[in-house]
Amino acid sequence: MNSSLALSSATFIYALASVFYIGSFAFKKQVLAKAGFIVLVIGFLDNTLGIILRWIESYQMGYGHAPFANMYESLVFFSWTVAILYIFVELKYKESIIGVFASPLIFLAIAYASLSPDISSKISPLIPALKSNWLIAHVITCFLGYSGFALAFGFSIIYFVKPKDPDATSIFAKLPSVELIDELTYQMVVFGFLFLTIGIITGAVWANSAWGKYWSWDPKETWSLITWFVYAIFMHLRMMKGWHGKNLAWVSIIGFIAVMFTYFGVNYVLSGLHSYA
Amino acid sequence: MPGKINEKENILKKNKTIPELIWQFFCSVKLAVYTLVLIAATSIIGTIILQNGTQQQYISLYGEAFYNLIKVFNIDDMYHAWWFLLLIVILCINIVVCSIERLSITWKIIFPKQLKFNPERFRKLKNLETFTIDKTFESISKDYETFLSKTVGKVIKKQTESGMVMYAEKGRWTRIGVYVIHSSIILLIIGALIGGIFGFKASLQLDEGATSDVAFLFKKRTPVNMGFSIKCNEFDVKFYDTGAPEEFRSNLTIIENGKESFTKDIRVNHPLRYKGINIFQSSYGTARLDSVVLDIIMLPDKDVTTKTIKIGQEIQLPEDQGLFKLEGFLPHFDFRGNNLGEAFVGRITQKDGNSFQIALPTKFPAFDKMRKGIFAFVVKEFEQKYYTGLQVTKDPGVWYVYSGFILMIIGCWITFFMSHRSYFVEIKKNKTNNSEISISGTTNRNSQGMKLEIQKIVTKLKDK
Repeated sequence: MNSSLALSSATFIYALASVFYIGSFAFKKQVLAKAGFIVLVIGFLDNTLGIILRWIESYQMGYGHAPFANMYESLVFFSWTVAILYIFVELKYKESIIGVFASPLIFLAIAYASLSPDISSKISPLIPALKSNWLIAHVITCFLGYSGFALAFGFSIIYFVKPKDPDATSIFAKLPSVELIDELTYQMVVFGFLFLTIGIITGAVWANSAWGKYWSWDPKETWSLITWFVYAIFMHLRMMKGWHGKNLAWVSIIGFIAVMFTYFGVNYVLSGLHSYA
Repeated sequence: MPGKINEKENILKKNKTIPELIWQFFCSVKLAVYTLVLIAATSIIGTIILQNGTQQQYISLYGEAFYNLIKVFNIDDMYHAWWFLLLIVILCINIVVCSIERLSITWKIIFPKQLKFNPERFRKLKNLETFTIDKTFESISKDYETFLSKTVGKVIKKQTESGMVMYAEKGRWTRIGVYVIHSSIILLIIGALIGGIFGFKASLQLDEGATSDVAFLFKKRTPVNMGFSIKCNEFDVKFYDTGAPEEFRSNLTIIENGKESFTKDIRVNHPLRYKGINIFQSSYGTARLDSVVLDIIMLPDKDVTTKTIKIGQEIQLPEDQGLFKLEGFLPHFDFRGNNLGEAFVGRITQKDGNSFQIALPTKFPAFDKMRKGIFAFVVKEFEQKYYTGLQVTKDPGVWYVYSGFILMIIGCWITFFMSHRSYFVEIKKNKTNNSEISISGTTNRNSQGMKLEIQKIVTKLKDK
């Protein structure tokens, strides 16, 4: 067993979980959603194993660093954080249908890492700037933040799928109530916001200890701040009249676009200090 | 809806004075949203348009007309432009005014004169759960009271016609959380302001062996005194097999009042902090060469004399043929239109008083033989030195910023993961020897979570 085997099998297990969830939605079979959850948990365990093995392999190669150092590793970890957060949400709220809107995100992230020709899965040594204990704290908190926003995005989509008065026999009847979607989206935004805040702060403290400046308006920093502002706007709008349901869901979707741009766009389109991942 | 802000109250009042109007303008959530949208949207500009570039760079990238626009709106340094700072000032005033306005209301909620509850309100709640239990009123009322006081807090009881109602609450203080976040933002901005006014960001290139007591400010490039001197004793760079740098390290000595204070290694991520000044390893490069070992060949009989000469030093040529002065070092020596690379330049003053300059490119050690003079100077060896690129910063505002960070995390935790929760339990005596129990609760956030908690309490109480 090695990490690349574990991670590529995790990709396929996540794909299977998504198929089960979507199947349960399309064919109105609760049992398929239950199966989807079990498969998702197996995929998550496999994903965890892959990350641990990769960590060990990096030590065997003599580089010895946590597997958070390039785009491939960050995507694998992104899948992991979304998966663990979703598993928690399903266990807490006992609502399995929402897996339809979460499991594809988990699968897509890791599939993009494994299948994209632009992303190298090679374990490479750390550049001097990344050699710091702050790396682990910074990456974990940022990605927990991203995972919250990813699920908030997934749950926001439900607003647009759910018809106003679904027929009791239609496949939409099983979708959670508007109150629950609102609450779930809000809880995910809040979770993401807390961890994005800690992520930006750990990044700032790290930057101050590595470069002597806690903030230098580097594109990645600026975009993470823009993302932070979008979700701050989300939370303030929620207190104002007329901002709920689809209106607010749009803000959560714009927020997730900002997350995606912070994550990928800055690396591919703009240049800056964060060129590694 | 709970938590929605009522801004009507103020609007109803007519004939307001100007200060009242200003106050009202700044205490709206709408203003906060607009300002945040503007800050977020304009921040994008600085990630797309080059920041702190030169005039030539802007003109070649965007053209003359656009360059003028960039200059007018300071887009070349937009995060310090007046209009961007104005947005931040508006946000600050907004936060302060809003917080003062709302805190007076929240304060009364947090510290009520007397805890009151309205049973009728709790009976109508959506999350109300009702069940009957095969126990008498007397046997369970005490049990439930202890349960409530243990899991929640102090219990308030009221007798009703058919039994009793109990009320308990927790987390009233957590309503302060949002004010903690808002004050943390103010603290961050104060810290940034202090850093901007009293701090500096500078850089310094030190050749191995060199000493400096000044660094050069970013952008302006003017020198700033550090209050002590830094000497770079040695620089060292290690590479991975892949050729990528693994680590660079400078050995620095701090010299104060002419005396060596201490010596320390700095690496990337491991800076040196001394007297409020931070010294960071940021880059490195090859330094200008300062001494060279030359073979001086007398051409007729090929007698070789070897000499080590420093830049600026003058030596006697063998057999009293005159003087040779090593004048300097050129990184790019141009020879008839060809760049021959690094070269030493020297001046020969012959004993007849004739003086001329010669060049000694390091890549072509025997270059000087082509001159066909009495002597040929051959570069035998030279010591390749590095320079270390240091970043020197001072930021007295950093502790305010760090306190702001800690406050913000605490505030977010309180605001998002804690809530003010009230619990209501009603016990009704039934004619047969059983009792009817109703449980409900309110919260200032996460009503779904509250519903789940009420259901959990129901299962627990049923088992009692």
